[in-house]
Amino acid sequence: MKWEYSAAPESSAIADIKDRYMPFIDGAFKEGSGEDRDTINPGTGNRLSTVSTVDAADIDRAVKAARRAYENVWSEMPGAERGKYLFRIARLIAERSRELAVVETLDNGKPIKETRDFDVPATAQYFFYHAGWADKLQHLGLGPAPRPLGVAGQVIPWNFPLLMAAWKIAPALAAGNTVVIKPAETTPLSILVLAEIIADADLPPGVVNIVAGAGDVGSALVNHPGIDKVAFTGSTAVGRRIQRELAGTGRKITLELGGKGANIVFEDAAQDQAVEGIINGIFFNQGQVCCAGSRLLVQESIAEEFIERLKQRIETLRVGDPMDKNTDVGAINSEAQLGRITALMKAGIAEGADLWSSSCPLPKNGFYLSPSIFTNATPSMRIAREEIFGPVLTTMTFRTPDEAVTKANNSPYGLSAGVWTEKGSRAMGMASALRAGVIWDNTFNRFDPAASFGGYKESGFGREGGPAGLAAYLDTDDEAVMP
Amino acid sequence: MSHLTVAKTYKLFVGGAFPRSESGRTYQARDSKGNFMANAALASRKDLRDAVVAARKGYSAWSKATAYNRGQVIYRIAEMLEGRRTEFLELIKTSSGTTSKAATAEVDAAIDRLVHYAGWTDKLAAVLGSSNPVSSPYFSYSAPEPTGVVGILAPPGAPLLGLVSVIAPVITGGNACVVIAAEHDPCVAITFAEVVATSDVPPGVINILTGRSSELAPHLAAHADVNALDLTGADAGLHKRLEQAAAETVKRVYAPKGVPDFAAVPGMGRLRAFLEIKTVWHPTGALSLSGGNAY
Repeated sequence: MKWEYSAAPESSAIADIKDRYMPFIDGAFKEGSGEDRDTINPGTGNRLSTVSTVDAADIDRAVKAARRAYENVWSEMPGAERGKYLFRIARLIAERSRELAVVETLDNGKPIKETRDFDVPATAQYFFYHAGWADKLQHLGLGPAPRPLGVAGQVIPWNFPLLMAAWKIAPALAAGNTVVIKPAETTPLSILVLAEIIADADLPPGVVNIVAGAGDVGSALVNHPGIDKVAFTGSTAVGRRIQRELAGTGRKITLELGGKGANIVFEDAAQDQAVEGIINGIFFNQGQVCCAGSRLLVQESIAEEFIERLKQRIETLRVGDPMDKNTDVGAINSEAQLGRITALMKAGIAEGADLWSSSCPLPKNGFYLSPSIFTNATPSMRIAREEIFGPVLTTMTFRTPDEAVTKANNSPYGLSAGVWTEKGSRAMGMASALRAGVIWDNTFNRFDPAASFGGYKESGFGREGGPAGLAAYLDTDDEAVMP
Repeated sequence: MSHLTVAKTYKLFVGGAFPRSESGRTYQARDSKGNFMANAALASRKDLRDAVVAARKGYSAWSKATAYNRGQVIYRIAEMLEGRRTEFLELIKTSSGTTSKAATAEVDAAIDRLVHYAGWTDKLAAVLGSSNPVSSPYFSYSAPEPTGVVGILAPPGAPLLGLVSVIAPVITGGNACVVIAAEHDPCVAITFAEVVATSDVPPGVINILTGRSSELAPHLAAHADVNALDLTGADAGLHKRLEQAAAETVKRVYAPKGVPDFAAVPGMGRLRAFLEIKTVWHPTGALSLSGGNAY
């Protein structure tokens, strides 16, 4: 049977994209002194807008504004009042949710149904959750009056631009810190709309400063001597560099880095559900998710049948215009990222794995890739070890639970893992044996501000969300030292 | 007839055994007056690698032990230490030149420190974990788990209390460790290893190397199978370099803000530093059986 869909595009007019966006420093939108950068709509490949970026002097100004706001206003303010600002921001985000969803989809390339149903509502929820902590820090188990750290320098990635802004800003502010935050160079727009919301909320100037730019701006920010805390989400390579650069400074760091999540399917799994979960795990946000289930480990006894079912289901995924409400898989965020993904796919073919791709038609313009699966892969191949960060699944098989655990844990990463089985004891046993920060039993890619998220091993350290996420923005050093 | 003292040969403590350094090297430990005390093993890079392999094995057993069991074993270390207090008093007095009173206070505090941590093992999950009220039909919980193999640079100064104060929080969380003993005081460290060896601690959970910290520490910091680093005993001049090496494999690094006062009641910072928080999601029922909403 052939299913036909009529196009159901969301209107891009809702985004009200401006021709130019400016940094938000000390409560004001002012031209930065860095060079202008165009931001591209990955769905079409066309220019979307232009963003004024910052230079070292602007960063210095932003850090100083954050310091003043920290010392004079934010750290002096009762927690309950800080919380009310955050609640207010959460409400304003919800009120402008449709606009934010369209902005995010235009700038990032992810399907509108994801920004509408996940990114934007979750962003509001992260602010709402953390708002409530602001006057309850004494209940975190960190002493009667946990102290904030000061000014946080934060650098966020392009895969969930708005949501990552919330993951960074909300806990930092709830704990009493002020922030200077830099969005990714390819996705600066949604956080600059958030800046308008922050301004509308009358947040005191300097509490949140947003500086756009490329990697050099991020590097200058985290290395600025006026920063007390660094939080970074992005690649392990850059995370490692930041940790190295900050060696010896005593600066508290949170790193949320890469992953190569194993999604493990046992022979007793409910296969239709598992198929849906595997697809969610690797094709949600075009697979550009640090915790993506990018390694499928399927029990040998069902492997052939399962992979066949998986392919059939992938064939039905609609790939194309991110603005179309029917679209399941949208555009890759940038031409550069598309190039990195296809380079690794070529390496997979060269190393002898078999590549299968959906036969779906792809739009002529924009950055697209057919959802793909590698079979006959081995653990030593690059496609089984390195983060592809795209809609490409590497499948391997196992015979026993022990082998599944060994293979899953055989990675320098340790961010996420999924387990598909109908046997409760096996699910819980696997959950405890897997060396990863988040384990999903019979589900995948679930996030909630009440549930801590973060990695083991080279996937980084520190947590975001939940009580542990607050601890990342508070002074937890309680060791007595000699006078 | 007078008795000629039988001197002890101080060796390394790796994988539950007491090997000499594979390098055959030794160095002289001297007491507070500068007199010869003993020859101690001068551990090599190869000894360090062996110790990491042993620690990985020890971790495997120790991290699977129940929290109650870990608590009992740590309490057992305290029992064994209490039984050998006279030996430690003499050793500390000789090596540090402290008074009887100070040495007694140190040994007492070290024993009490172990008892303190013995009682922590089965409370960590309750204090650091949570049941997460997520807004979807899932049971979600977060709980602490050990980080893995921890490299420890033991502090100089109080030779027994300092050593116990850095090792105990690490193993309390279920980690295994490779300890580089304070260079000046190999005798107390290896005598403590004898206590550990008779306390039901699985082989490899605690490994103690003696030698030159400046020689060993860079390799410990760079070792890819070491998950975390405690710089408490690191030379200030070495800090930055060690942290840089640790960054290559994204190690967790604990560096105290000053010289720790080990006589004070410990907080939770050292426990937290070597624990990961794992979050688990499990569907709760019929609602989830219809699948999620993100695909």
